[in-house]
Amino acid sequence: MQVPAPFEYARATSVQDALELLERHGPESHVIAGGHSLLPMMKLRLARPEWLIDINDLAELRHITEDAGVLRVGALTRHAALLGSDVVGRLFPIVHDAEKVIADPVVRNRGTIGGSLGQADPAEDLTTVCDVLRAQVVIVGPAGERVVDVAEFHRGPYETACEQNELITEVRFPIRTGSASAYEKVERRVGDWAVAAAGAAVQLGDDGTIADAAIGLTALGLEGLATDAAAVLVGQRPSEDLIAEAARLAAEASSPVEDQRGPVDYKRHLADELTRRVLRRALERVGATATAA
Amino acid sequence: MTTVQERSPMPQEREPNPALTDPSRPIGFGRVQRKEDPRFVRGKGRYLDDVVLPGMLHGAVLRSPMAHARLVSIDTTEALAHPKVHAVITGKDLEGLNLAWAPTLSADVQAVLATDKVRFQGQEVAFVVAEDRYSARDALELIDVEYEELPVVIDARRALDPGAAVIRDDKEGQTDNHIFDWEAGDKAETDAVFARADVVVRQEVVYPRVHPAPMETCGAIADYDPIDGKLTLYETTQAPHAHRTLYAMVAGIPEHKIRVIAGDIGGGFGNKVGIYPGYVCAIVGSIVTGKPVKWVEDRSENLMSTSFARDYIMKGEVAATRDGKILAVRTHVLADHGAFNATAQPTKYPAGFFSIFTGSYDLEAAHCSVTGVYTNKAPGGVAYACSFRVTEAVYLVERMVDVLAQELEMDPAELRLANFIRPEQFPYKNKTGWEYDSGDYEPALRMCMEQIGYADLRREQAEKRARGELMGIGVSFFTETVGAGPRKHMDIVGLGMNDGAEVRVHPTGKAVVRISVQTQGQGHETTFAQIVGEELGIPTEDIEVVHGDTDQTPFGLGTYGSRSTPVSGGAVALAARKVREKAKAIAAAMLETRPEDLEWEKGRFYVKGDPSAAKTISEIALGAHGTVELPEGVDGNLDAEVTYDPPNLTFPFGAYICVVDVDPGTGKVKVRRFVAVDDCGTRINPMIVEGQIHGGLADGVGMALMEFIGFDEQGNCLGGSFMDYLIPTAMEVPDWETGYTVTPSPHHPIGAKGIGESATVGSPPAVVNAVVDALAPFGVTHLDMPCTPARVWAAMQGRPTPPI
Repeated sequence: MQVPAPFEYARATSVQDALELLERHGPESHVIAGGHSLLPMMKLRLARPEWLIDINDLAELRHITEDAGVLRVGALTRHAALLGSDVVGRLFPIVHDAEKVIADPVVRNRGTIGGSLGQADPAEDLTTVCDVLRAQVVIVGPAGERVVDVAEFHRGPYETACEQNELITEVRFPIRTGSASAYEKVERRVGDWAVAAAGAAVQLGDDGTIADAAIGLTALGLEGLATDAAAVLVGQRPSEDLIAEAARLAAEASSPVEDQRGPVDYKRHLADELTRRVLRRALERVGATATAA
Repeated sequence: MTTVQERSPMPQEREPNPALTDPSRPIGFGRVQRKEDPRFVRGKGRYLDDVVLPGMLHGAVLRSPMAHARLVSIDTTEALAHPKVHAVITGKDLEGLNLAWAPTLSADVQAVLATDKVRFQGQEVAFVVAEDRYSARDALELIDVEYEELPVVIDARRALDPGAAVIRDDKEGQTDNHIFDWEAGDKAETDAVFARADVVVRQEVVYPRVHPAPMETCGAIADYDPIDGKLTLYETTQAPHAHRTLYAMVAGIPEHKIRVIAGDIGGGFGNKVGIYPGYVCAIVGSIVTGKPVKWVEDRSENLMSTSFARDYIMKGEVAATRDGKILAVRTHVLADHGAFNATAQPTKYPAGFFSIFTGSYDLEAAHCSVTGVYTNKAPGGVAYACSFRVTEAVYLVERMVDVLAQELEMDPAELRLANFIRPEQFPYKNKTGWEYDSGDYEPALRMCMEQIGYADLRREQAEKRARGELMGIGVSFFTETVGAGPRKHMDIVGLGMNDGAEVRVHPTGKAVVRISVQTQGQGHETTFAQIVGEELGIPTEDIEVVHGDTDQTPFGLGTYGSRSTPVSGGAVALAARKVREKAKAIAAAMLETRPEDLEWEKGRFYVKGDPSAAKTISEIALGAHGTVELPEGVDGNLDAEVTYDPPNLTFPFGAYICVVDVDPGTGKVKVRRFVAVDDCGTRINPMIVEGQIHGGLADGVGMALMEFIGFDEQGNCLGGSFMDYLIPTAMEVPDWETGYTVTPSPHHPIGAKGIGESATVGSPPAVVNAVVDALAPFGVTHLDMPCTPARVWAAMQGRPTPPI
């Protein structure tokens, strides 16, 4: 049995209580939500927090609410709840695409959206999803609440704008009319981390041209969105050539590294291939038909 | 030999049993639910880690972070100062007990705890005994070890390079990393056939290092009683008796003072055959502290340090005529045995039964040679349901036959059908010295082809290829050699590979059968009861199967190499028949007639011509133990024991066909269908047979598509957790479709051949052949396992590379 190094444990009763506990126990205290990233790392003794602050009792962080053009998702919302939510599937099909391939049901029953974003693993799927949907993250700390764009939230692999003494409380997704999104991942086996994945969101204008687009890549060494790739789409009518050009640019923007999941050339190929697939699917979902060249 | 052709599932598996009056009390062979399952499905199995002894302490192993390094110093002061630590044992301490090194199962030695060097990442360096497992783990971090890094040998192909670091400088006279050269078959004859053949195909085929990864990791609880000098050892072992004897030989504890107990075991697959350093350390820990010591490894320890499987680099060659007659096969194998030669196989077979690589084909000649080398990797090599390297042999020949089919532009199924050993040739002597006991191959392959709709699939494939879709159909046909084995040829460290069985029928007609083999999930408690039931007509649930305790069972070598049914099954059947003979004599006395006037039907003897004058087995049992006047030479019980020395091995076979779809954009392989037609001779419990097949097929898909233990250039193990070492889930495997033929073994008491490893042996080539078939439009003729998306895509780009 893998055994973590010794640690102390406290169970927070409210957001305020959690913040106080973090403050009291100092820099070596760590919030635990679903625990599906933190606990394995603790068992391997790669993570050695002195205190775990358990926030699983904070029901106020568990909600999915459509509210004035925004979908508000509490940070403690489980993957399974996102996957089970009709409103999420209707407004943001990309979330369901991604959730279906996040780990396995056991992990999805425990893992949370806040935990996923906070962990900021480069192979983590919801980060790309939130990038593509231009979500905002609500962070609460000793100085009060602040709302940051997801682009600012992420500061690199395993690094975010949420400080040690702060708590992610909510993720907000702007609802856009005439838009759709999609996500696709290649994995060696169900439940494995992504070899590579891509996500895309498109918004169609009244004239049938693409009004807005966003493309994100997972596990492909791209921080934030593939902006050049998205830019070629805007103002254009969807076509296979246009998709191919965007995919080519997305692959160009990627900088994958070789590992056991595959070599660089394969991963870059996947950036291209998966970008094509998600753009096609997102356009299909929004009702556009890409005309063959 | 008659081959019964049936297709499962059959509404009626066998003739109605004349003794069967209550369908809830089945007797003998047939589809019976497993007796052991009620406790497993309720979570009430009793595995090693469930055992808690009074005052028990816990051990943990400190392991080397380096693959090859000299041990400069070990400082245990701080660990010993930990308030909950009772002892810290190092190699130096073991040297004093002459236990720092222990003999392996392959005439080598291996370090229990390192004294001079560490030779693979994860090697055992020190052992901490503490009050709880948490403190034991914490204290590992308090041991200070200084290492002096040495150059590593990771690539087996470079192990024999002149400048390669010598890993085993502990061995007198060892100046390189060479372990052995071994060959089988006639080289000159084979070379002559190759020289005159129309067609020769060559392919290097790698069977990469994989791991059995049983759900339960390995562990032991040693309980040494200093008063009576008795050692009770709870172990996750597939071979309790062999372990007891080895401990007696190595540790100097008299054998009658050692009791090995194996409770429920959560999978073994060959991983739990050997003796691991942790077991020895637990024993020493118990002797030192005077308390029971439990040691259970974690998942990473299991994957990084215990017996791996395969790691064979095989250069295959096939000679054939232009019209598709296979003439000869030859191969040279480079075998990576890791840092210690610790493979578990019969002494005379350093490459196991690899020489069965002639497969199911009637050949003119065959020759194989195997060179074993040391590398800085974990030891092992014979594991993962491999039937002593039949896995590697079958993979090689079945891959090579497909390479030939592609070269000759012949259908791979037709090529196999044209080259099978014919039924009238059995018993068939192959060119490397095996005598195949029985077989009828063509009906099995034809059944498989029909069941999967082979011709339709080929049509579908042609249509899809025209559209640029990638679909592959893979055929494999295997013959195994299992049930080791005849004592004149086969031993492990000098212990003949025979097994004992003891049957006792109690006065009320209930029975107990004691066996030496050790279930790890195979269903022994049911299968062996069914064998006794078949012979004596006693309902299955009235027969208790006792195993897993050396104090309660006869000697035998244990369960691996699919040997339980072929060897112990024979022993149990013969012991039951001895009981029946005894029962006949007693029944004759009871019926006041002569034994030769009695007729047996399942469960009772009756007087010929007068079926109403009869005695049931229960009545006879009561008579035997009661006051019936016993005939001359018959004593008052219904007990018998037998140690079975099989006259030959058994040769199960099967035909497998797999259908895959490959995503041309991502290289992702999806196994769409898999039909397995197996012939294991007599089928004792078809449900258990199918379960064994299903498990083995999943293994095969895992190995073909994802399982792999890799190493980086420093010798760091890259497969040390289930995040890195992937095993298949229900999502990667299709609904299995099975069929069967029955060709009994002519020499086995009940005609059974064993089924435990057939599917693990036979399925990897079916999957890989299907993947290669799917990629044929890209000119791909071979792709090594694992066929991960990246490796498949590389093959499509014309760059298929071996994994090692």
